[in-house]
Amino acid sequence: MNKLWNQVDLSWQWLTASGQWHGEESIPHRLFQHLLYSGAALLFAALIGLALGLLVGHTGRGGFLAVSVANIARAVPTIGLVLLIVTVKYSITPQVIALVALAVPPILVNTFEGVRGVDPETRDAARGMGMSEWGVLWHAELPMALPLILLGLRTSAIQVVATATIVAYPGFGGLGRYIVDGLARNDYQLVVGGTVLVVLLAVAVQLLFAALRRFAVSPGLRGSARSS
Amino acid sequence: MITFEGVTKRYPDGTVALDDVSLECPTGKITVFVGTSGGGKTTALRTINRMVEPTGGRVLIDGRDVRDSRPAELRRGIGYVIQHAGLFPHRTIEDNIATVPYLLRWNKKKARETARELMERVGLDPGMAGRYPFQLSGGQQQRVGVARALAADPPVMLMDEPFSAVDPVVRGELQAEFLRLQAELHKTIVFVTHDIDEAIKLGDRIAVFRTGGKLVQVASPQELLSRPADDFVAGFIGHDRGIRRLSFIPAAEAPLTERDVLTAATPVATARAAGDWVLVVGEDRRPLGWAATGALPADGVLGEARLAPIGHTFTVGTDSVRAALDAAILSPSGRAVGVDGDGRLVGVADQHDLSAAITAAVNAAPEPADTEPADTEPAAVAEPADGLAPVDPVPVDGPEPGEPAPAEPASKDGVPD
Repeated sequence: MNKLWNQVDLSWQWLTASGQWHGEESIPHRLFQHLLYSGAALLFAALIGLALGLLVGHTGRGGFLAVSVANIARAVPTIGLVLLIVTVKYSITPQVIALVALAVPPILVNTFEGVRGVDPETRDAARGMGMSEWGVLWHAELPMALPLILLGLRTSAIQVVATATIVAYPGFGGLGRYIVDGLARNDYQLVVGGTVLVVLLAVAVQLLFAALRRFAVSPGLRGSARSS
Repeated sequence: MITFEGVTKRYPDGTVALDDVSLECPTGKITVFVGTSGGGKTTALRTINRMVEPTGGRVLIDGRDVRDSRPAELRRGIGYVIQHAGLFPHRTIEDNIATVPYLLRWNKKKARETARELMERVGLDPGMAGRYPFQLSGGQQQRVGVARALAADPPVMLMDEPFSAVDPVVRGELQAEFLRLQAELHKTIVFVTHDIDEAIKLGDRIAVFRTGGKLVQVASPQELLSRPADDFVAGFIGHDRGIRRLSFIPAAEAPLTERDVLTAATPVATARAAGDWVLVVGEDRRPLGWAATGALPADGVLGEARLAPIGHTFTVGTDSVRAALDAAILSPSGRAVGVDGDGRLVGVADQHDLSAAITAAVNAAPEPADTEPADTEPAAVAEPADGLAPVDPVPVDGPEPGEPAPAEPASKDGVPD
């Protein structure tokens, strides 16, 4: 207990030190970098995952293939991917691509499952009333799959935010800088402080998605068993 | 009018869901497709709005081939109701009902006003407009399903087992309300069910399908009961089709008498001179009960004696002989009590009277004289049962009320699993 308190105290001292809040090395700057990498990765992953997931879920074709590839991709160790890419080209863009590869599978799989899980009777009714295929997708499948889609996006977002720390390893910025530098210098105050920041960011992402869900998902779905 | 001309649906695996079906569904009438599961009745319905594309023949609505219209546009002009309603869980009740108006780009206010009017029309409280489907009972959801199909006022409605997923009491209510609504709206309705009782209750015409997508008979309910085309149809209708036919003979055709009917003020002594049972009526001619003359008190008037309950009466103007016969069987005296719309006595009939009326009605109308227009089409369209199929005395079990229809795997086209 004493030890834990010690850590908290250390990180608090580090966080509140005036030097942390201004300049290139400051927390706001590192946080901005971190959010930039994560946000870019998540944006591209969402575009890819949603488009593929909706397509495959709606047509019902290629579902097995998509889910299999996604699951294999999940097993690839991201740090290995980051280090492999950096040996090929030293630039932040490939690092973001590695994060995209990490973020696509949960979004793709959840979107696919969400669309495929739409009650066939409801889909039949939608078509039978004269919705076009786009209409069925947009007015029925997408809103009904939304709880699962948001869950996938949240999973990816948290993974990306946590994993974006490793781009500091080959020398880029972000909150991972503190952890990597702290480990290199045996400066545990720095390591703990950086870790606390990443954890806080993950919690913030969690809260953001809770709010998004409240705002975007129809109350008609929240009351049912589909909500999760 | 919806016309099927030699419509065939053969799936790539060789399954035949519809086998050269030709029939007409008259404008403003309810045509019921009934039959065993796998009989193709749902497939036949779905060819009308192009949810299934036939591999042979064609379907016409008012003389126009359905293939002349793009599927989405065609469907917006045809009401569509399915078994579990298939409501959109993420939309409120009013927005569910306004689905087709929104697709037709009505303005939102007009669409919602229409939705609320329709809610009243199908017996829903418009106060529920803002609720979501999961907050409604199965029966209420089905009413929303019907309202949604009616929203753009389409002339044609397709209803695929709309009432089979609710309990028998609710189903009875929905059926009665459906008939009331149809009496106002006169839509051209195609209604699929596996329940022959529902078919007889709702149909102006009934088309019977059997396994392999063959249309066996198209007839009015009366004709179906009195002259089933073959053993398959007879078996499908069930063993009590004779009794069911009684539903189509008006009770008014039974001779009613006032024999042994006495007022409550009649002295007991007078009553004793009558038959074994006397029907006691009040001043206003409302029946009070049956008195057994053997068990009357020594003196006084009939009104003071202990009376046996009537069971139930039948209404002369509206009930059928079936209701009258049921009343006679349940009555302690064996006689049925006929009343008018106000519950006042019209007369009494015993089982002999009723059976005489039944015999007379059945003999008088070997050709059922119903309201159908001159029917040029032969009653039995399909060829007789081929020699390969042994004639099973009861080819199908009578459909269990409340049992959902077994899935028809080959018939749900375009619905990926």
